Amino acid sequence: MKEVDLSIHQDTPPPRRPRDYAWLNGKLIAGAALLLAVLLFVLLGRLFWDVTLARVASCPLNLPPVGFDAPGPGFEPSQSAHPLGTESSGRDMLALLITGTPNSLLIGIIAAAIGIVVGTMLGMTAGFLGGWVDAVIRICSDAVITIPSLAVLIVISSYVSEIDIKSMGLLLALFAWPGATRVIRAQVLSLRERGYVQMARLSGASTPEILICELLPNLLPFLAATFTASVSGNILAATGLEALGLGPSRVPTLGMTIFYAIRGAAILRGMWWWWGLPILMLMIIFIGLFLIAIGLDELVNPRLRSGGDA
Amino acid sequence: MTTASEKTANTPLLEVRDAVKVYGGGFLSGGRRVHALREVSLSLDATPARITAVAGESGSGKSTLAGAVLGFVQLDAGHVLFEGQDVAAMSRNQRFNYRRSVQAIFQDPYAVFNPFFHTDHLFNLVMRRFGIAKGRKAARARIVEALETVGLRSDDVLGKHPHQLSGGQRQRIMIARACMMAPKLIVADEPVSMVDASLRSTILDIMLRLRDDNNISFLYITHDLSTAYQICDDIHIFYQGAQVESGPVDAVLGNAKHPYTQLLIASIPEPDPTRGWGTQLPPDDENNDRDIINGCPFYPRCPKRMEQCVAHLPARVSLDDTGHQVACHLFVK
Amino acid sequence: MSNRTTAAAVCEVRNLTVHYDVSATPVVAANEVSFDVYEGETLGLVGESGCGKSTTAMAMLRLLQTPGRVAGGSVNIAGVDIMRLRPAALRDFRWRNIALIPQGAMNALNPVMRIEKQLADAIAAHADTGGRQALRARIGELLEMVGLPADVRRLYPHELSGGMKQRVCVAMAVALNPPLVIADEPTSALDVVVQRLVAQSLIRIKETLGIAMVLIGHDMGLMAQLTDRVAVMYAGRIMEIAPTDILFKAPLHPYTQQLIDSVPSIRVKKPLRVFPGGPPDLRNLPPGCPFEPRCPKAITICRGETPALKACGEKQYAACHVPNTNRNNI
Repeated sequence: MKEVDLSIHQDTPPPRRPRDYAWLNGKLIAGAALLLAVLLFVLLGRLFWDVTLARVASCPLNLPPVGFDAPGPGFEPSQSAHPLGTESSGRDMLALLITGTPNSLLIGIIAAAIGIVVGTMLGMTAGFLGGWVDAVIRICSDAVITIPSLAVLIVISSYVSEIDIKSMGLLLALFAWPGATRVIRAQVLSLRERGYVQMARLSGASTPEILICELLPNLLPFLAATFTASVSGNILAATGLEALGLGPSRVPTLGMTIFYAIRGAAILRGMWWWWGLPILMLMIIFIGLFLIAIGLDELVNPRLRSGGDA
Repeated sequence: MTTASEKTANTPLLEVRDAVKVYGGGFLSGGRRVHALREVSLSLDATPARITAVAGESGSGKSTLAGAVLGFVQLDAGHVLFEGQDVAAMSRNQRFNYRRSVQAIFQDPYAVFNPFFHTDHLFNLVMRRFGIAKGRKAARARIVEALETVGLRSDDVLGKHPHQLSGGQRQRIMIARACMMAPKLIVADEPVSMVDASLRSTILDIMLRLRDDNNISFLYITHDLSTAYQICDDIHIFYQGAQVESGPVDAVLGNAKHPYTQLLIASIPEPDPTRGWGTQLPPDDENNDRDIINGCPFYPRCPKRMEQCVAHLPARVSLDDTGHQVACHLFVK
Repeated sequence: MSNRTTAAAVCEVRNLTVHYDVSATPVVAANEVSFDVYEGETLGLVGESGCGKSTTAMAMLRLLQTPGRVAGGSVNIAGVDIMRLRPAALRDFRWRNIALIPQGAMNALNPVMRIEKQLADAIAAHADTGGRQALRARIGELLEMVGLPADVRRLYPHELSGGMKQRVCVAMAVALNPPLVIADEPTSALDVVVQRLVAQSLIRIKETLGIAMVLIGHDMGLMAQLTDRVAVMYAGRIMEIAPTDILFKAPLHPYTQQLIDSVPSIRVKKPLRVFPGGPPDLRNLPPGCPFEPRCPKAITICRGETPALKACGEKQYAACHVPNTNRNNI
């Protein structure tokens, strides 16, 4: 069903297309708002809350959050000095969230950033050059994707005696690049046939120039979408490792908090705030990242946009 | 290979010698082999500038030929020579000269713009690369001048994103960009097939003016014989990679000899209800995908096919001294 | 061209107006479009892109997609106003009374279904098939009518060429013998030789079935060869409507003249005629005649008053203040 095509043939400039306003995408805004709220919580928390309370034995044990009754005998009532309660090693939950959240985010961002940079370079090379280079890169990345990454990560991290945030991120990056490589390669394969690539060739541009000046700008939305998806994927993977006790033991993260909660039998003892609060925080982060990722996806792929204007 | 100093006036501007290109049919890729070019040869003189049409339907190989001339397509056999130099084996300097001298206009005036940049980007790209003008002011003046050649006001189009412009404006910007480089040859790949009737004559008129005033030769790739007849000097009719008829446009279209050229001309609907379409229907296209490897590719649809047509590709035969050539067994003596 | 005075109208389009809600003020893509389609005639709807020809056709089928919507007017087919039909009744009405030959046949056919099955489904969805045998016979009849060999029925769409697929679409559209078929640029993506074949099948169905057709297109050559009457559209309005032979011999509207003149000939070399200006900006139309800025004959009144479509001769209507009066070449 061909409607009047207002954009291609007419000799008057077409009206501002919906794309011009697409940054006002509701999902994108909602996702960004959620993440901003998380960041604001962390920043304000650092300013106004004593984060040393996240250390072991800095507070009374097993206090429920303010406004909630103790889950059973042997628990003391909540104290206003510890509004979100404390756990069994004497750590303040609010301070744990304030210090643990940025650490978890950082692990995800490190892994995703490395994955994206490596993936972009490999994907663009493969997609644009083609031939045997493409074959080698494609086979390698496909092979890595089939490896059950969690199992390998468990093995590696159990051998590494001391893990910090950076090494955790690097570890996860080992498995973060193939996905990005595939996405970017597919995009470059479609973009390199565009007229403007031929135009750049006619203008005497070299292959690296075409890749960086012509293709990369058009890949930015895809990179952003892939990056956000990759951040949440890596936070999830990190949380998985940490919940198994294979995370950094010196610095608090959301995953390690869950690990301690499991070890402390928090569920059996009815201490829902111990495991529930870090999970709630992770959920907010995931939903925020997810909304941003699908918002960006709609932005670059107008067919997904509601209203069907494409 | 001749060097620039040895170049004589006889060296054609562009020469295609026995070009062959086959797609598919590899060991791994499998599938049907498609003969995009079958020993195609043509030559464009340097002066005076002429418009040479390469006409054919889809699958005729005309776009492959354009790609080969522009250096986008690697030939399986044969050569493309620009000013006597093989495009596939050029030194750095020769390649620089070739890139500057051979430009193109494409069919889709939207896709050639990178949506990320303003329209200026296309101009800046060549300014930087080829050092066409010194300094910002001179560069700007050069761009404005080129835009005026194609009837555009620079204020209307510069500093805008491509989607803010109309199809006609975009196509004219492409021509302006090409002629700003003062090329010797412009490959125009279906430049008017996506623009409206009223703009078509504008763009064709610009091509004629560039030929006459700026001495730019054109290789006009088209499926539309009527526009070719109106603006071209020479024409080559292609069918499935084979050059079936070539020569001066008046001879080829006014006195078509090859059954395929005749069929093409008869199939054009005339804007005159009193002049009906011929009642003789073209043969059905059901056999269209039968690939004739050695013989005449038009054999399955040819109303005058003979036994020898399937055996081997007919050689080109000169019909007179004007350069009218036809590749058909009917004319092989 | 046969005498149309006695022929009844199978379709009456009255004051059809289509808005595109792309900005605060809607873009009027079809403006008070009125015409009749008579029994067994082919009416051409011609104009440049953005003139509203496809919009009008899709509105007649009620197949407009958002942001387009019918803002007013009626389309009467067989005495039923299609604009007033409820969705369920509309589905039932559509293929039986008004069918569509879509633009790109390549995308209109289901790639994993044999041609026979697709045709059978199209028939069975809207009509009582009358048994397997009758259905098979009907399919054979349809394929023959559009000039396809009978064994095409066993093939899948990818085994057919573009022209053959388009002819399958033609067969599908006329499968239920609707009184009216709308052909939306049925040959626009095809090569000229194949276009000739598809055009022939259109001529065939018109001759054998007497189906009335609205042919959307931009190619004046095709219009001259295929239609009985032509309506020229510009900026969402009908500029001129006349029997084809009269329209080409003595066009009344300067725009029609310009459209005919801009077709390059393959017989006579003539200097290129460059026409100033481009298609109109639908969001920013001049107050009077939309063609006024490009019109070589415009006078003062053209700038202030939009001309109405009025009779300027026998069966010939034009919306122009200064129609061609130089008719001595008839």
